[in-house]
Amino acid sequence: MAGVTVTAPPVVIETPPAIATPVRAGAGSKVLAWVIMLAGVLYFFAPLVATGERAFRAIGRTFSFEAFRRVITDPEFLRTFGESVINAVATIVVSLLVIVPTAYWVTLKVPKLRSIIEFITLLPFVIPAVVLVFGLIRMYSRPPLAILGSYGSTRIILICAYAALSFPYMYRSVDNGLRAINVRTLTEAAQSLGATWPTIVWRVIFPNLRVALLSGALLTFAIVIGELTVALYLGQHTFGPFMSNLVRNFVAEPAALTILSFAMTWGAMGFISYLTRRQPGKRRMRRRP
Amino acid sequence: MEGQRPPRSWNWVGILPFLLFSSAFLLGPAIILLVRSLQANEGGWTLGNYRQLIDPQVLEAYGLSVRISIVTAVVGGVFGFLLAWAIIYGGLPRVFRSLLTTFSGVASNFAGVPLAAAFIFTLGRIGMITALFGFFGIDLYDSDFSLYNFWGLTVVYMFFQFPLMVLTITPALEGLKKEWKEASENLGATSWQYWRHVALPVLMPSILGTIILLFGNAFGAHATAYALTGGTLRLATILIGAQISGDVLQNQGLGYAVAMGMVLIMGLSIGLYTILQRRAERWLA
Repeated sequence: MAGVTVTAPPVVIETPPAIATPVRAGAGSKVLAWVIMLAGVLYFFAPLVATGERAFRAIGRTFSFEAFRRVITDPEFLRTFGESVINAVATIVVSLLVIVPTAYWVTLKVPKLRSIIEFITLLPFVIPAVVLVFGLIRMYSRPPLAILGSYGSTRIILICAYAALSFPYMYRSVDNGLRAINVRTLTEAAQSLGATWPTIVWRVIFPNLRVALLSGALLTFAIVIGELTVALYLGQHTFGPFMSNLVRNFVAEPAALTILSFAMTWGAMGFISYLTRRQPGKRRMRRRP
Repeated sequence: MEGQRPPRSWNWVGILPFLLFSSAFLLGPAIILLVRSLQANEGGWTLGNYRQLIDPQVLEAYGLSVRISIVTAVVGGVFGFLLAWAIIYGGLPRVFRSLLTTFSGVASNFAGVPLAAAFIFTLGRIGMITALFGFFGIDLYDSDFSLYNFWGLTVVYMFFQFPLMVLTITPALEGLKKEWKEASENLGATSWQYWRHVALPVLMPSILGTIILLFGNAFGAHATAYALTGGTLRLATILIGAQISGDVLQNQGLGYAVAMGMVLIMGLSIGLYTILQRRAERWLA
């Protein structure tokens, strides 16, 4: 999904409705609701508690940050994590550069083509990551497109594949953002003041889409940072494969890494919902392929 | 306007960069696999690769993937629906609502290696819950259960299946109109009758659609299962992975056909989901 999980994963950014729905619940359904909620909480938190237990008790039974200390001083961690951060940032840049001008152009000039674009951006839900990487390897490993020869050029393919896998989230996010502002008026106003196209996109459209872009970017970051499948088969030494190698040793370090990953995902999602909540009247984003 | 046809528009050129990029990194790879799946290993066009999909290894992998996806989609869907119902109509404190939505956003994205790791610490051979059961004299691994088999993977997949259900079904549940509830109450319906005869029928396309979405979500998953079992549990995605690293099927063409089979199943489930979602909008728009 992950669900680029993605493994597809996948995704929704929801804000609670501004007006509370009046709720009348009978005593019976209230008890049932509590039971269901409790079961959910137990199921969701048991793995986190177990992992936390392992991570914070690296030595004996005493509480310590030893596992975290060992992880962040591990040169292999620093190298792979650093590489994944750079990959994630590059993915976000590529994805934004492809999606923003396209979504803008479609909204403004060729609304008829919207459904085609939407269809293409949703393809990652149809082509699982493992199939995509299979195809990429077949496409780029022999002439005339033998790009997968060196580590560096393979990394470019990896980043572009990640960007493609981020399309469903990025396009939806940007498209929602564009629908919330009056693109045509803004564009015409900028044109009548003598702005060129790059100026319009860079200085008028981008700033107005800040929240939408940030949401898409954070989501992409959360998906890319620990991605395993594509990186694994492209032979890239990134954070996902690094964690995967550690996981089946029942030691404290992978527990610490898991807690770190969870904290990062939580941070990204929390920040998104904070941003969205601050924008009253914005349309909700739904994962609706 | 003088009633003349406008000059041919060149506006479509603006989406060319997007089309090129998508062709290079999304459509192209898929088309290459499609073409290769239709070619015989010795050259020439054939449907033979698809005929060989009845290979026992392949059928077993598809079967396992389908079973795991159906079980996690149905159980995850039902439980996710109940959770969403509980926070919206169950009279729980409001704080649960925003907590659950944010948490679902996190959990539905928390697949892959860290998820596998978290469950190894919980339900692995010396995991916390396993130890807890052991404390009460029950050896989980004495039964059919193992974290590294069908049932284990099912439990793990639930972690991203429920939350996705909660996120997709919540807007539909919120779309139920208060008037319907009031009308049924005025007609003397009990709460159960209202849900059974009014709310659930209206929600059914959304529920079914989302369960199908969950099916696809589990069907295409690779990283979690790989990180958990190292590839010993042969799902369709794991089989494709193994085929990438070293032609385990000993038939390149069959490997491409297996990959296309996945794309077909994913495409069908997403298509069905879209149709059901449109149907749902009739009432819940």
